[in-house]
Amino acid sequence: MATETKQEYNITIGLEVHAQLKTKSKLFCSCSTEFGKEPNANTCPVCMGYPGVLPVLNKQAVAYAITAGLALGCKIDLNSRFDRKQYFYPDLPKGYQISQFDNPICNHGKLSIGNKEVRILRIHMEEDAGKLVHAGAERLHGSDHSLVDLNRASTPLIEIVSEPDINSAEEAVTYVKELRKVLLYTEVCDGNMQEGSLRCDVNISLNKTGQPLGTRAEIKNVNSFRSISRAIEYEYKRQSQILDEGGKIVQETRLFEEGTGKTHSMRSKEEAHDYRYFPEPDLLPVTIEQKQVDDARQGLPELPQQKKTRYIEEFQVNEDTATTITDDLETAHFFEKVLSKGAKANKAANWIIGPIAAYLNENKKSLNETKLSAELLAEMLVLIEKGTISDNIAKNDIINELLENGSPVAKLIEDKGLAQITDTGAIEAIVQEVIDTNPKQVEQFKSGNDKIKGFFVGQVMKKTQGKAPPSLVNQLLGKLLK
Amino acid sequence: MNGSRSADLINSLAYDKIISMSELTNKTALQLNSIFLNKEASAQQITEAFLQRIEQYDKTINAFISVNGELALKRAQELDQKLAAGESLGKLAGVPIGIKDLINLEGSETTAGSRMLNGYTSSFNATITQKVIDAGAIPLGKLNLDEFAMGSSNETSAYGNCKNPWDPNKVPGGSSGGSAAAIAAKMVPLAFGTDTGGSIRQPAAYCGITGLKPTYGRVSRYGIVAFASSLDQAGPMTQDVESNALLLEAMSGHDAKDSTSLENPVPNYLAAIEQGFKKTQSLKGLKIGIAQDFFVPELNSEVKAAVENAITKYKELGAEIIDISLNKIKYGLPTYYIIAPSEASSNLSRYDGVRYGLRDMDATSLSDLYPNSRANFGTEVKKRIMLGVYALSSGYYDAYYKKAQQARALIAEDFNIAFQQCDLILSPTAPATAFEIGSKTDDPLEMYLEDIMTVTVNLAGLPGISINCGYDSNNMPIGMQLIAPALEEARIYNAAYAFQSTTDFNKSPDMKSSKAIGV
Ligand SMILES: [Zn+2]
Repeated sequence: MATETKQEYNITIGLEVHAQLKTKSKLFCSCSTEFGKEPNANTCPVCMGYPGVLPVLNKQAVAYAITAGLALGCKIDLNSRFDRKQYFYPDLPKGYQISQFDNPICNHGKLSIGNKEVRILRIHMEEDAGKLVHAGAERLHGSDHSLVDLNRASTPLIEIVSEPDINSAEEAVTYVKELRKVLLYTEVCDGNMQEGSLRCDVNISLNKTGQPLGTRAEIKNVNSFRSISRAIEYEYKRQSQILDEGGKIVQETRLFEEGTGKTHSMRSKEEAHDYRYFPEPDLLPVTIEQKQVDDARQGLPELPQQKKTRYIEEFQVNEDTATTITDDLETAHFFEKVLSKGAKANKAANWIIGPIAAYLNENKKSLNETKLSAELLAEMLVLIEKGTISDNIAKNDIINELLENGSPVAKLIEDKGLAQITDTGAIEAIVQEVIDTNPKQVEQFKSGNDKIKGFFVGQVMKKTQGKAPPSLVNQLLGKLLK
Repeated sequence: MNGSRSADLINSLAYDKIISMSELTNKTALQLNSIFLNKEASAQQITEAFLQRIEQYDKTINAFISVNGELALKRAQELDQKLAAGESLGKLAGVPIGIKDLINLEGSETTAGSRMLNGYTSSFNATITQKVIDAGAIPLGKLNLDEFAMGSSNETSAYGNCKNPWDPNKVPGGSSGGSAAAIAAKMVPLAFGTDTGGSIRQPAAYCGITGLKPTYGRVSRYGIVAFASSLDQAGPMTQDVESNALLLEAMSGHDAKDSTSLENPVPNYLAAIEQGFKKTQSLKGLKIGIAQDFFVPELNSEVKAAVENAITKYKELGAEIIDISLNKIKYGLPTYYIIAPSEASSNLSRYDGVRYGLRDMDATSLSDLYPNSRANFGTEVKKRIMLGVYALSSGYYDAYYKKAQQARALIAEDFNIAFQQCDLILSPTAPATAFEIGSKTDDPLEMYLEDIMTVTVNLAGLPGISINCGYDSNNMPIGMQLIAPALEEARIYNAAYAFQSTTDFNKSPDMKSSKAIGV
């Protein structure tokens, strides 16, 4: 682990993030992009590279790329171009990938990761490859044959390339998390890392302060937040050991293995492919009207960081709460809807990040997998505010019912008799009874032990099954204990 | 429509005017369409006539790689039923067509003239195939070509040499040699060719027929095995100009499946001829440019003389002859032989033995599978793949591919300037007439010179036609080329029709003469 080595090297990291765009059809044909279908169910002559077929660009993919670019502060190139990146592999039907090489659609953006800004070099569009299923073994090694599944072939990707502005595993994870959030907010990518909708390559080099940047290794196949951090820690250790021993880092591509947490060499610089890029002659240059860019800019939703700032300023929630809620767009939408139904912001926020989040965590569910609607939560919060029910009753007896069954709040309160007692006379009688039956404690109170007041409150609550409004009980105790 | 009723309908057709089979195969496409529509012969009779002619002559000519008579007759019968039922029929109704074997025809093999695609059956129609079928044409089979259209003589085909019907010891030209030979031998009245650097025009010249390469983008490339994407264009090959115009109209138009296809509306080319020379009998006002740059030292003197006679003829028809300069066309061949192989090296990567086509079944690893399978490309194809890979390699790209693209822009500009002075440019189509089979196979550079008059037209994306303008001392046909600005195919057709209809240079070989053909 990095912690075992003295941190005497600076670490410089650049990330290449591949995000699958959420189009219904593929980048160059009309096949569906749906995940999890039978092998080769989502294929046609075009994405299988049959003789004579031609690509036709999916305009929605271009629109998504523009949106992503604008959300990341990029300049949109009104005249970009596709190129062919050529290499042989059975998951690449045409023997080349249609990508954008020296003229990508977006350039020069940035993404803030809390205390620093990471510059984005470029975003380009490209088609994905298919995948190989190795038969007879877990991996290629040891398998006796491989099957080709082209369902994923030609699904649209954007590759977001950062400048080497990241200096720790933690920053790298934060960067990818923030990036993922932006892509989810703008609804251009579903962000599903398990299904491969978001994949990372990590470029890492080490150097000492004052020295030029070191030689970098590119780590491929880093496909979860945990893997990003483990891969970087492993690479730090590996490279620093080599440097400590006076060795040289070779420029190479390495593969991260989730099982072992190690990286191993795939190919060196000398073995690197010559991709023989050249402009794709089957497609026209991608020309975009300025109006489309302007419209896309107009249509941008509120982005995660804007939303967070607004929550802090408009609703006076604290920064941590605002961060937690805006981390997940669904939660943020839910929160805002609860407010629109009359709930108070701070209360709603605390409920969402408190009891509700705890329930979701425990049951491994997301909000939309529960029966809790924003209306129900708002109704409950309004009743708490009015004093009809207490916070405790809501926590103990109501919220789970709402999450699990979506029961109507009013009926629940009535059926279970959960409403607070609002008859002051009845509560006053109970308070008086508690005072009368506990003379010893009354003595203690009168001799100056203020804390004993809690005992009386507890006794009253016990007798009312928690349905006495605490403020009223306190008020009555103050009056009757005198 | 049920079987017995359709049979009744066909029986009720009055085919009283009996036309013999040889009469039918002598007709132009335009004539065959009206014969069919006027019920002088059924589509089935027309189809049978051409199938029989193929049966008779193709053993010697080898213009077809595959003939699908059953499918053709089924289509013919459908057309006969439609006609009998009074349904509306397209402009090519009842006319057989041959399809160059790198154009997909659903249910038929598409080999591209290569062993790599031996046994590959098309699962879909190319857009142009679909369009002519929709217009009522009847595909008879797939026509021979140089492997992946790489060649100027048909000698690189993996399915045997196609022979020139004028002299079976000679090549038909290439790469659309099968198409040109099939037209000249009257085995089909219409054929598709494709032209990347002259592959329609040069074989048209060698076989004495009419072949047009359209403006780049005029005709969809979808479903046509790609050679060099930025140069490839399919076009019509026929005996006469009018049938050519008819087929081009049916093939043309924007195709959503081909991003490089043009959206401009398709003119009625036949109407242009009707309204043009047919009406006026004059080419007055037409300026024809002659560039000495085309009259290269390699130009054969008989070809030169024939083209000069054609120029004189055009003067007589009222055209104005203007000297122009196209001094950038000397860069045409080197430019073409960088761009075309570069794109080809990439386009041919998909023939890897993984999904279809030929695979080395003995390969035990991926690293064996690729080279062993791809070893089955022919020599010429391998040569061009290597040229292309080299030109695109890192470190060479700027010196070759990029420079070639710059030269290409200069050549296009050269034509632009020329067309400010003239309406059409006239040149020879090829430096000489058809050569003996095997005589140039050892000298690739001499073979590449075959394209010297034609490649620049592809590089500039312009339309060009070859029509016959004479015969050499061995009675071999001589072609001339007419080039127009982009999308001015109608202008070409009008001028070509004027020449063809006022001269006697559009003959067919006598297939029973001494030189032919073992019948
Ligand atoms: Zn597809």
